[in-house]
Amino acid sequence: MSRTTNSPTTPSAAAPGRTRARRLPGTLWLGLVRGGVELREYVRERDSIIFGFAYPIVMLAIFSTVFGDDDPIAVDGTSVGFAQYFLPGMVATGIMLSTYQTLAISIAVERDDGSLKRLRATPLPPASYFLGKVVLSLTTVLVQTALLLAVAALVFDVPLPDDPARWATFAWVFVLGTATGAVCGVAYSSVPRSGRSASAVVVTPLLVLQFTSGVFFSVSQLPGWMIDLSSLFPLKWLAQGMRSVFLPDAFAVAEPSGAWQAGTTAAVLAAWLIVALVVGTRTFRWRRRDDG
Amino acid sequence: MQNSRQGTDTSAVRVRGLRKRYGTPRTGYKDAVAGLDLDVAHGEIVAVLGPNGAGKTTTVEILEGFRGRDGGEVAVLGEDPSRAGRAWRARIGVVMQDSRDMSELTVLEKVRATSAAYPDPRDAEEVVAAVGLEQKARARTRGLSGGQRRRLDVALGIVGRPELLFLDEPTTGFDPQARRSFWDLVTSLRDDGTTILLTTHYLDEAAQLADRVVVVRDGVVVAEGTPETLGGPEARTPVVAWEQDGVRRSERTDRPTALVARLVAAAGPDGEVPGLTVTRPTLEDVYLSLIGETADEGAPRTNRHDDTAGDAPAGTEAA
Repeated sequence: MSRTTNSPTTPSAAAPGRTRARRLPGTLWLGLVRGGVELREYVRERDSIIFGFAYPIVMLAIFSTVFGDDDPIAVDGTSVGFAQYFLPGMVATGIMLSTYQTLAISIAVERDDGSLKRLRATPLPPASYFLGKVVLSLTTVLVQTALLLAVAALVFDVPLPDDPARWATFAWVFVLGTATGAVCGVAYSSVPRSGRSASAVVVTPLLVLQFTSGVFFSVSQLPGWMIDLSSLFPLKWLAQGMRSVFLPDAFAVAEPSGAWQAGTTAAVLAAWLIVALVVGTRTFRWRRRDDG
Repeated sequence: MQNSRQGTDTSAVRVRGLRKRYGTPRTGYKDAVAGLDLDVAHGEIVAVLGPNGAGKTTTVEILEGFRGRDGGEVAVLGEDPSRAGRAWRARIGVVMQDSRDMSELTVLEKVRATSAAYPDPRDAEEVVAAVGLEQKARARTRGLSGGQRRRLDVALGIVGRPELLFLDEPTTGFDPQARRSFWDLVTSLRDDGTTILLTTHYLDEAAQLADRVVVVRDGVVVAEGTPETLGGPEARTPVVAWEQDGVRRSERTDRPTALVARLVAAAGPDGEVPGLTVTRPTLEDVYLSLIGETADEGAPRTNRHDDTAGDAPAGTEAA
């Protein structure tokens, strides 16, 4: 007996041989596709643009305008304008906003609303999903930092370093800070219990750290215990690393230890990177907690 | 296990003795799925029916690879879903029950981005048109209505050209017209050779689409068959009902015409039998009796042509 024409064993479009004939798209390519999706969603979401992307630039503009006419800040006879003093903290804050905050909130929301579960049902490799997040973070942080430096230099006349060694320092602090912030964001995304609570749960610790890590106030104005506590977290070191790039060397004396501590900065950021990577990969969930 | 009705070669889905329980030692355990068997042949549309909490979604999510199981054998397209990889996922399509993941992407962008992950996807624009969203192709998904979102879910489920499609209550919230066009879409997918496992609350949907219906209750299959034969001949026996001396009477019989003839003969000079109805149990009647929603087996739940008062609906007597 031969097959009849409407036999269910002769599917026209879904024959196994046909799907196997073509190869699955590559992980890297799909990561770039995901990156495009992430960027499009990001720029169309007004909240993320206002509260993540523009925030450090707006803060720099406000503080520099309000305090710009005050006396320059001086350490050991070397003085800088307020905008220059404020810039490193805003660069560090911008990095944490575009990495940690953006990723932690977006992943928490995507887990809560089922986006992650839906992606899990497709042949998209998990690595491509995270690659897309990296593309998003890297693009936003690069554009954001470039804009921040441009506004500082062109609008507030902040002298940018001309020593290549300082730009080399900037490069490694920037790259390490971005990587650490991104991985921390992925790991922390499992903390909020729902998408609705994500913003508050993610933003609050970063906001507190901005005040206690010497971003808004000079560390010399803060009590010792507060600095010790903040020194456990990456933002303090990221800001300190950026101060070593954008402030004169004489300002190192104003640091709690009296030095820029490049080695400690690298060590603390790297430690957070590794710990968050281990914790993040072990605790990452594709589904909500209440979903089995 | 050679005694199965379908050989493993021809089954798209083969489930034997599936078990899944939820709970903790403190709260106690509940069996959501308690030894369930299921076969779906290639090219077949099977509808899984059952009340809320019967274990339908748990079963489907195990088959989709979202959940682990506590016992039993599962083969979906020849692989164990809990261990299957990307190549397997490229061959299945999933339309989940609740999705709220709408974003700032347009309908077409979302479908296109999803299609990128598959080796041999359908054309994104064709899929958007097939689900009736071409008017909304360039609209942000966040602004879609409930029914439109559901159609987008379906578009995302089929854009990868799946061999096997899971549809978990796909038409919940559809208006009648949208359901009709969705049924046409499913029928065209079947004509394309797609195997479909569908869960639904709607009996007419199962009757319309399914080659076979499986009724699940308390985590086990309580009946299966074509929509026409489900429940067996016994459940399909017509019921003749009439009034005699003001009392409602009914009788199940394979030969309703003969009974009616007797009643007419016994009636008064005008040959009128008061309140006469002949009812063939619908799929819904059979289904409700299978899941224990009706206790009264003598009278079918609906008496569509009956206009006499005092006929207690069987549903109200359900234990």
